[in-house]
Amino acid sequence: MVRVAEPVIQVDELVRTFHTRRGLFRRSGKEVEAVRGVSFTVERGELFGLLGPNGAGKTTTIKMLITLLLPTAGRARVLGHDVVKDAHDVRGKVGYVFGGDRGLYERLSGLDNLRYFAELYGVPARESKQRVGELLELVGLVGREKERVEGYSRGMRQRLHIARGLLHRPEVLFLDEPSIGIDPVGARELRATVKNLVDAGTTVLLTTHYMFEADELCDRIAVIAQGRIVAQGTPADLKQQVTTGTVIEIEIFGLPDGVLEKVRAEPDVQSVVVDVQGQAQVLTVHAQPGADVLQAVMAHLEGSRFGRVITREPTLEDAYIELVNAA
Amino acid sequence: MLRLVGVAWWLQVKMRSRSAFDGLLSLLWPGFFATTIFMMFRQGDASGPALLSAAVGSSAMGIWSAVSTTSAFALQMERRQGTLELLVLAPQPFALLLVPLTLSMATIGAYSMVATLLWGRIAFGIEISIADPVAFVLAVVVTVFAIGMLGMLIAISSIRYRSAWAVGSALEMPVWLICGFLVAINDLPAWVRPLSAVLAPTWGVAAMRSAATGHSPWANLGWCLLTAASYGVIAVLVSRWMVHSARANATLALS
Repeated sequence: MVRVAEPVIQVDELVRTFHTRRGLFRRSGKEVEAVRGVSFTVERGELFGLLGPNGAGKTTTIKMLITLLLPTAGRARVLGHDVVKDAHDVRGKVGYVFGGDRGLYERLSGLDNLRYFAELYGVPARESKQRVGELLELVGLVGREKERVEGYSRGMRQRLHIARGLLHRPEVLFLDEPSIGIDPVGARELRATVKNLVDAGTTVLLTTHYMFEADELCDRIAVIAQGRIVAQGTPADLKQQVTTGTVIEIEIFGLPDGVLEKVRAEPDVQSVVVDVQGQAQVLTVHAQPGADVLQAVMAHLEGSRFGRVITREPTLEDAYIELVNAA
Repeated sequence: MLRLVGVAWWLQVKMRSRSAFDGLLSLLWPGFFATTIFMMFRQGDASGPALLSAAVGSSAMGIWSAVSTTSAFALQMERRQGTLELLVLAPQPFALLLVPLTLSMATIGAYSMVATLLWGRIAFGIEISIADPVAFVLAVVVTVFAIGMLGMLIAISSIRYRSAWAVGSALEMPVWLICGFLVAINDLPAWVRPLSAVLAPTWGVAAMRSAATGHSPWANLGWCLLTAASYGVIAVLVSRWMVHSARANATLALS
């Protein structure tokens, strides 16, 4: 008999509603449905991305999975443990890292922060010192570990967050917008660290706003909008779901009046967007699938001064925008 | 478990002792308490053992004030700096994580004991003759622990209710009275006395006074430890309910 391994994360119709109350004597209530029946699974060793705009329900979903919030309805299991009934078992096996400045003790050094959380997360005393040293090395904070966190840059804090989240060698790591506010070099290092963790067997659930990050890192992605999953699959699958065809980007200096309307009126043009970048305007034209609109568009721009002209296939960002707008 | 409490206590003490402003206030507060109380007792023609008793009581006031006002607010601070969620996520009983937190406050408050007694000696000439110094020090340690445990009970409500930090401030002065820090418990109305009996600092201060005046402090110390331990049991049960309620009502991350 072949035994099928249980997914590391299994989410079935998860719902979370928030109730807010206002007023002292005449209390009025309001209900906000942050997550409305989300379902997905994450297999062992997979890097799963949860993409969505602000307020889509990404963080709320993560917080239910790591037992910080109780679901209003539905079920979720992490490593076979129910997130409501077996919260204690889940907590010992998952790591949680979030982006931003919060979540650290400012008046303590980076080293003391790690020592403190190592105790809290039950790292055995004989391993603690070595583990803290390893992680400081991994996140590149060796030499700065004795400085107080209040003097750390955003990037250093984020790296310390990652080290904190890994102290107890979690089997599943939840990364909630970990690269927010980090400079490009720091973000690249962070992506390399995450990749190494996945290569070493850690299962990762990542939320991010950066499409290239999701495209580069994630094995599979779920796009969440208004509390519902609107698409799921590999980055390649999602790109194929886009109804747009080729995308043309034209850098132009001084767009003549009326040209935009003429381009929009072309039968094979799906949408046109103009973006001002310094002295130039960038015209982004989405064509219908299978159509070639380059010549028709260029004909309307005759006599204008051009910069670069790029023809490309739709990216994950194009797919994301289309999916979220359609939700 | 002991290691967790020990390391966390030390790091909490380190954190709390790093603010120069807080440090200055901690230096001044016991002085104000002690001055007010010594002057009141002087005006009432108190002398000898009565003044020593007042010194012990006012030093306990300092410890309690350091704990009561800050313990409840401490969790609100954790919430604001985004670490409360990380504490709840730790695979440890939440009440256990509060022990080093409030003990660190009580430890810093214990400084007021030394400051008060010294201030009484230097500024008011109070004779500080402790009959049984070993028992007295032990009583101080147990009282600091008991006050820390009571602070932990107050702090727990802040897990669920963001404004519960006000409870600590509201309880600061009633406990001075009810625990007999300044006024003899026998002088309080009869209905207050059962309340005094369930508050561990009552027994702690009584033990300190007994040790200072040469009476046996052991019975009082026993009761002090017993009531403090019962706070621990209550805290474990209540904190489970509070954490569950905070998860249901999403109050862990709200600031």
